[in-house]
Amino acid sequence: MRLVSTAVHADVNRRDFLMVATGAVAGVGAALVAWPFISQMNPDASVLALSSVEVDLAPIAEGQSIIIKWRGNPLIIRHRSQADIDTAKAVKVSDLLDNNPRNANAKGNDGATDANRVVDGKEQFLVMLGVCTHLGCVPQGDLGDYGVVTGNATTGGWLCPCHGSQYDTAGRVRRGPAPENLPVPPYVYLTDTKIRVG
Amino acid sequence: MSGPSNYQPTSAFGKWMHERLPIYAFVKETALDFPTPKNLNYWFTFGGILAVMLVVQIITGIVLVMHYTPQTDMAFSSVEHIMRDVNYGWMLRYMHMNGASMFFIAVYIHMFRGMYYGSYKAPREVLWMIGVIIYLIMMATAFMGYVLPWGQMSFWGAKVITNLFSAIPFVGDTVTTWLWGGYSVDNPTLNRFFSLHYLLPFVLAGVVFLHIWALHVPGNNNPTGISVKGPQDTVPFHPYYTMKDGFAILVFFIFYGIFVFYGPNYMGDAVNYVPANPLVTPAHIKPEWYYLPFYAILRAVPDKLLGVIAMFSSILILLALPWLDTSRVRSGNYRPIFRGFFWVFAIVCVALGYIGSKPPEGSYVLWGRILAFYYFFHFIVILPLVGLLESPKPLPSSISDDVLAKRKPMLAPAE
Ligand code: HEM
Ligand code: FES
Repeated sequence: MRLVSTAVHADVNRRDFLMVATGAVAGVGAALVAWPFISQMNPDASVLALSSVEVDLAPIAEGQSIIIKWRGNPLIIRHRSQADIDTAKAVKVSDLLDNNPRNANAKGNDGATDANRVVDGKEQFLVMLGVCTHLGCVPQGDLGDYGVVTGNATTGGWLCPCHGSQYDTAGRVRRGPAPENLPVPPYVYLTDTKIRVG
Repeated sequence: MSGPSNYQPTSAFGKWMHERLPIYAFVKETALDFPTPKNLNYWFTFGGILAVMLVVQIITGIVLVMHYTPQTDMAFSSVEHIMRDVNYGWMLRYMHMNGASMFFIAVYIHMFRGMYYGSYKAPREVLWMIGVIIYLIMMATAFMGYVLPWGQMSFWGAKVITNLFSAIPFVGDTVTTWLWGGYSVDNPTLNRFFSLHYLLPFVLAGVVFLHIWALHVPGNNNPTGISVKGPQDTVPFHPYYTMKDGFAILVFFIFYGIFVFYGPNYMGDAVNYVPANPLVTPAHIKPEWYYLPFYAILRAVPDKLLGVIAMFSSILILLALPWLDTSRVRSGNYRPIFRGFFWVFAIVCVALGYIGSKPPEGSYVLWGRILAFYYFFHFIVILPLVGLLESPKPLPSSISDDVLAKRKPMLAPAE
């Protein structure tokens, strides 16, 4: 008789509580175990170790761009002509699609002016990732409507072959679908002509 | 599935087995004797063709893995090694490569068949939705497979498609880095894609089982769209449809063989025979033909996030199709207005595919936008309205009557 009465009244709440508590502990346990299985897909120690590269800028002639590999991505370094720089400076920031300098070295965000995209006193060297901010293709140099036009040749400016985004002589996006300027990676001058990226 | 077994084994071994594992009874009831509408045409053979193609992909895939190396320095040359050194390697790889295209040809015919005959309508909504999930898994599998030979298109296709996730607000970059296992598509990416490319076809096989289970509850739809009313409307699956499906599979294999042996690279892109180079994007990158309509929709929208949303919606909207079509008549044969729009929609899909294969310049951009707009317009406006406004043609009283009516000249039924 006592057994019947406990089953009918007293233990209903206690059983529900035990079910919920057991379920909650199992749920937390499952989440804890899941984490290593998710985290293993993030960049591993060997990938993280490869993250800086030194480049000598002296051999890059004016008007020339080089592409090197940094963290598996193309890194564009362009020795800009005075015309490149003047064209970029002439652009009003209100005409830009993205007014964030996207420069890992800039303190704060006070507009994507040409000066905010490069290092003071080294305006001639534009260092940025050649990874289109749309879907990651490598934009092609000396193409598009935002370079410096002399006769029928264009210098400076980039055009992405994948979906037609265009960047100007400071690597700022001027035509979509790309939403952002080409990112400037963290870099420092080690000597007058040598930089370390990353 | 069907009721309790009335199968009686005759041989001694059959009886012994039946008491332990009644597998033959199960196959007999759910496959061999399964009552199937007697009026199915050849458009209904593509389900069987798809099942066979899945098996072909799994078998050729398993033997390719015996020679393939998933490592960025060696992947491309290991595929060339399969092509040049491995006995019959060229054939096995071309079977797998073209098998993927055949798989998609079959699935597109199978899906348009379903749309024309209203196979997504009650009581087959879940069956249809499982089909859409199968299609999504197929696309993911083929995408990761295409990365494995590590050619230029493999690499850049992988980069562009994984970058779609970078459009997700706030966490986009974290998600793509996690998918890549690095800062770009690289060796860790190739390794995980290989692992998943091996896994997903077996997941697919499991989901196909659910698809067939969901098919066996209401049974097959048929060209009239009306439900089976009794045994006079059906024939047993075996031998009637094993023969019909078998014949269709044979013809399909001839078509498949023509590509494998006479045009193995016809549907592929020559640029994929250039080894992957992370520093140079090919001048015209485009995905394999089976993704082109969705690629065109992606490019039709000049905004990154909205473009990605439009592309995923264009596939996911298929999940809502059973509720977007308001007509209760299933088959397009009895819906004159729907039928016109159905064919316009089919042509729009093909045209989107054509636009997707062209560079995003000039009039291709404008046409891409018009067609992408129409794609959604079809689902969101045309289908609900046509269902409400159209007056369908009278339906036959039963499948059997319909079949006999068509036979009148030869076989006048004695009334
Ligand atoms: C749903 C079924 C499958 C589809 C749609 C599919 C699709 C593909 C595609 C499109 C390729 C690229 C072919 C090329 O261009 O070279 C490929 C490659 C490959 N697949 Fe699959 N596959 C499937 C199943 C499998 C399975 C089950 C395995 C392993 C057990 C496998 C192993 C491979 C291997 C090793 C390669 C690289 C060799 C090559 O490129 O030919 N596949 N797959
Ligand atoms: S990846 Fe550059 S425009 Fe799409």
